[in-house]
Amino acid sequence: MLDTILQNRFAVTAVLLFGVGFMNLLLQQNLLRKVVGFNIMDSAVFLLLASLGYIEGHTAPVVEEGAAYAAYYINPIPSGLVLTGIVVSVSLTAFSLALIQRIYRRYGTIDLLELMERAKKEDD
Amino acid sequence: MRPFVENFPFFSIFLALVAGILCATLKRGRAAYFLTCTVCGIITLLSGAVLAYTFQNHLRFSYIMGRFPIPYGNAIAAGPLQALLTTTFSLVMILALAGGQRDLFHDILPEKLPFYCVMVNMLEAALLALVYTDDIFTGYVFIEISTIAACALVMAKDNGPNLIATIRYLFMSLMGSGLFLIGITFLTSATGYLLMPTAAEAVARLRESGAYLFPLTTAGGLIVAGLGIKSAMFPFHMWLPDAHGGATTTSSAILSGLVLKGYITLLLTMMLRVFTLDFFQETGLTNVILLFGLLGMVFGSVGAIHEHHIKRMLAYSSVAQIGYIFMGFGLGTTAGIAAACFHILVHACCKPLLFCCAGRLSTVSAHHHSLKHLRGSAYRDITAGVGFTVGALSMIGIPLLGGFVSKLYLASASLPSGYTFFVLLVLALSTVLNALYYIPALLAIWLRPSPQEEQALLADAAPEQLAFDRPFTAAAVVLILGLFVLGILCQPIMDMIEAGLALY
Repeated sequence: MLDTILQNRFAVTAVLLFGVGFMNLLLQQNLLRKVVGFNIMDSAVFLLLASLGYIEGHTAPVVEEGAAYAAYYINPIPSGLVLTGIVVSVSLTAFSLALIQRIYRRYGTIDLLELMERAKKEDD
Repeated sequence: MRPFVENFPFFSIFLALVAGILCATLKRGRAAYFLTCTVCGIITLLSGAVLAYTFQNHLRFSYIMGRFPIPYGNAIAAGPLQALLTTTFSLVMILALAGGQRDLFHDILPEKLPFYCVMVNMLEAALLALVYTDDIFTGYVFIEISTIAACALVMAKDNGPNLIATIRYLFMSLMGSGLFLIGITFLTSATGYLLMPTAAEAVARLRESGAYLFPLTTAGGLIVAGLGIKSAMFPFHMWLPDAHGGATTTSSAILSGLVLKGYITLLLTMMLRVFTLDFFQETGLTNVILLFGLLGMVFGSVGAIHEHHIKRMLAYSSVAQIGYIFMGFGLGTTAGIAAACFHILVHACCKPLLFCCAGRLSTVSAHHHSLKHLRGSAYRDITAGVGFTVGALSMIGIPLLGGFVSKLYLASASLPSGYTFFVLLVLALSTVLNALYYIPALLAIWLRPSPQEEQALLADAAPEQLAFDRPFTAAAVVLILGLFVLGILCQPIMDMIEAGLALY
């Protein structure tokens, strides 16, 4: 049991972190904390992806002068996915922060429940 | 040398992206608007050519991006069904832009209009890519692009409640894409590939050997849940009514009619091309989809009955219609999926028509949205009244209209399954519920109010808003015709869908 957990320590950590981030995103009422939750969730996925491609003792797949030694390299595809994922996650974070700033300027609060009540009043 | 027409899917995605960048440099909103419409028109023609080519030659082709052959690199795959969907989507995109044109120029600041058009183009590119992609991770990237663009379309009408609806929409979407991302990560860890053909081979090998069945099922479940949240599958639909109901007419029409369908198409691709239907049935995932679909059909309509704000009512009705589509998927048979695909087309025509007409009806009623203020508005713009009526009748399922045919196909697809009784019961119940909220709405718009009431209402309406709206009328007429074509010429369209599914 303990051995299995130790062997899969990256996957276990990633799943735990994903859970923490997801619940934060779902349950927090403070908009900024939701954004933090989203970032934790995405980092968990990146950790899992990076650990998937990593092979103990191998190096980064940088080809020198045309000579490629497949046996020495880690699997580069998951690393590529992590890079793309980070770009996506950064742009979404930026977008949500900009939106939160705009909401704060208009309403003076970033508590979702309060905001929804205010919006309902405005609608009536 | 490949036939030239095989480049068209890539061209259309690229064209939409370039048009988005060009729009950002334009200063005049009107120029950006016409550029967007033109580009959508060109994409419709290109997709139409792909449809003719693939349907006549009965083939599906894969187009490799760059010079890296499959299992590496990135690819696009197009067959008759994909081409049919993209043709419809881009055509409806133009019609939504035309149908809501006056509202668009009214609701959005002139200096912001080019940016709005940027987002429409990005959304078009994302939709096309979601339909055509043959690579799961590319699918994820375009899901996120369409999330940002869709949120921007909701918040474009810059007022308080809209901002809050946007942030709720954004966080729900982030949750959905997070689940999808971890789902595809599990899938890679079991299969090692993210390009669909190789991933499918790996899944088939794993199923044969029986290894890693649990991770595969988990991955499938997470992907269904993620895309389900994004396409407003029943228990995750709470964000939809505010986001779709509050936005400007064009945004509502595009979001309800098209964006939800992009995610559903990706789910369909994952179901058919990567996991295969048998796998979904063996693991019981289709039953989950069926259950949520059936619940959505009922509760979406119940939500709509309680709503007096016309656009929010239509938004709730979208939840019910998405339920129909998921029900078709949940039957787990090719017939069910073909019926669901037909319903995607019907809803893509019907909901934009309803939203554009509702937008126009409230414009001629001094921008009021509640049903009691819309009394007699159909007489102030006959086309909008007729359009709304045709759309509502199609939703209820009156023969000769598209909605009737898709219900018929769904019902007959349910016959060989083990759930015939439930499916038919819910289908009948949902039809009654649809009638329960669409008929009062129809009565409201067609019953004349007393002259004093009408005068009081129109006192603060600007005369130029009451004037004849040519782009709207043209768009509404085309969409009405579209519904009749889907209702009467259903057989040829169904042939295309079935050919597409056979080649998926």
